[in-house]
Amino acid sequence: MSNGWEWLQFDFMRLAFLAVLLITPLFGLLGTMIVSRKMAFFSDALGHSALTGIAIGVVCGMEDTSLAMVLFAIVFALLLNRISSKNAAATDTIISVFSSCSIAVGLAILSRGGNFSKYSSLLVGDILSISRREVVYLALILGVTLIFWVCCSNWLEALSLHRALARSKHIPVRAMEYIFAVLVALIVTLSIKWVGILIINALLILPAASSRNISQNLREYHFFSLVFAVFSGILGLILSYYTNVAAGPMIVILASLIYFATYLYGKKIA
Amino acid sequence: MRKIIKPCGLHCIKVHHLGVTIGQQEILRDINLHIHCGSLNAVVGRNGAGKSTLIRAILGDLPHSGLIEFKDTENGRLQKMRIGYVPQSLNIDKHTPVSVYDMIACYQSRIPAFLKKSRRVRAQILEALKIFEAEELLDRQVCNLSGGELQRVLLSMAIMDEPHLLLLDEPVSGIDQKGMGIFYRTIYHLKENYDLAIVLISHDLDYVARYADKVILLDGTIQKQGTVKEVYGSPEFAAVFGEDAARGGSKDSGAFGSGVSKCSGAFGSSGSKCSGAFGSSGSKDSGTFGGSGSKGCGTPDLELEKGGADCE
Repeated sequence: MSNGWEWLQFDFMRLAFLAVLLITPLFGLLGTMIVSRKMAFFSDALGHSALTGIAIGVVCGMEDTSLAMVLFAIVFALLLNRISSKNAAATDTIISVFSSCSIAVGLAILSRGGNFSKYSSLLVGDILSISRREVVYLALILGVTLIFWVCCSNWLEALSLHRALARSKHIPVRAMEYIFAVLVALIVTLSIKWVGILIINALLILPAASSRNISQNLREYHFFSLVFAVFSGILGLILSYYTNVAAGPMIVILASLIYFATYLYGKKIA
Repeated sequence: MRKIIKPCGLHCIKVHHLGVTIGQQEILRDINLHIHCGSLNAVVGRNGAGKSTLIRAILGDLPHSGLIEFKDTENGRLQKMRIGYVPQSLNIDKHTPVSVYDMIACYQSRIPAFLKKSRRVRAQILEALKIFEAEELLDRQVCNLSGGELQRVLLSMAIMDEPHLLLLDEPVSGIDQKGMGIFYRTIYHLKENYDLAIVLISHDLDYVARYADKVILLDGTIQKQGTVKEVYGSPEFAAVFGEDAARGGSKDSGAFGSGVSKCSGAFGSSGSKCSGAFGSSGSKDSGTFGGSGSKGCGTPDLELEKGGADCE
């Protein structure tokens, strides 16, 4: 603990650090729109669907269950999107039904023969186990998300303010909704191994929600969300190294503290 | 900065046999409309008559049967109809970090609003806001605007790409009497000075009587359409709104003749380009105007439109 950077001398810590640098801005960015569009429940359900995806992969005898997980999440996202656009009234109930059903199926299959402990690491996640190739995947998806954001975030925002109004301005409403749902599915499933099913949604929602407490326009909203996400990510990783606590929960604890701080601050200036 | 385009009177929007069925329920059937540019068309009817549905169908937000045709008699049918839309309200919570600039930029521009504030887009937005005297709202948060302020912002946005048709969905809900007077005068000003047709859903029969060129009484289908006099005096109107409203309406329209010159005075004061002769009587008249008394000026009929034209 001579210079404070000794944690970086380990290869796995360097990779984990890189991964955090990629995942947190991704989540900070995506979270802004998830919160704006009131999709917190939707992304939560997607996280839960990861278990089912893996279970399906196991049943099909796939070597790499990640592919099954990603594919299932995409199908699940499209399905949820379609159903909730048809019945606007009870979206939360419908999502809850689908989410519970899929997690039950996943648990049932994976726990057959008392083998579930093999998969329990998925619940909490372990960023220290990330491989070089997986870091490259994360970098790719961050790139795609950035491009998508520059091209389409205006439309997504317009859509979240008023759907019919967006349509009157010839914004491809339906396509945007589907593309966004698929993007969320991709990002959630690709990062679930490192963050964990139980807390992935916290990491998506907290930075944006904190930023919302203190921002007045879209530029501030995005800026603070990114700053909060990256800050809690890096600090959480370092603290987890020194305290021997899993990185994911540590990051979420920090993000929650930021949320409460901004909440109080926002009340003061309001 | 104001763009004054006289209604060309050459193009029109026709709706043929429009019908909307959602699930098992038929909400609208056999709607036939002919909307001229430069006219203010008010849609009235009881709650659940399908007024909002009609607007959403014209917008293309709801699947519908029938045909909506935009005719530009000068150039045939080459032009694609541009529609401006002012919704009832926005889907926005308290503390939403979206400023008026952000909102309009998101709908009108491809320059990502989350990255930077473009000076060019800002100038365009300011120009539109100016028409409705809303420039000072540019950096306010949308969720903190009052009903009337939000309405002016939405109107500014609706006319930014010079629509042929302006659809206004119950825009007066959540606005007080004074605000409503201002709103209707703004709409009238818009109609007079821009080349567009306006379809307005309204609950206020008095204001409709004063400003609308054409009234459409809706209840599942069109029960009656025509001038204020024709519709307000009809048995169909009495059946929907009761005998009292029907009589009140016809009395209103009866009082036009005397009020015409006063009316144009009031318009002058409301910020249109009229000046001089009307200026002096303006403020007094606009006082009577804002009130809800049935003595106010009547529908701007032909004579009144002539009066407006004189202002130019």
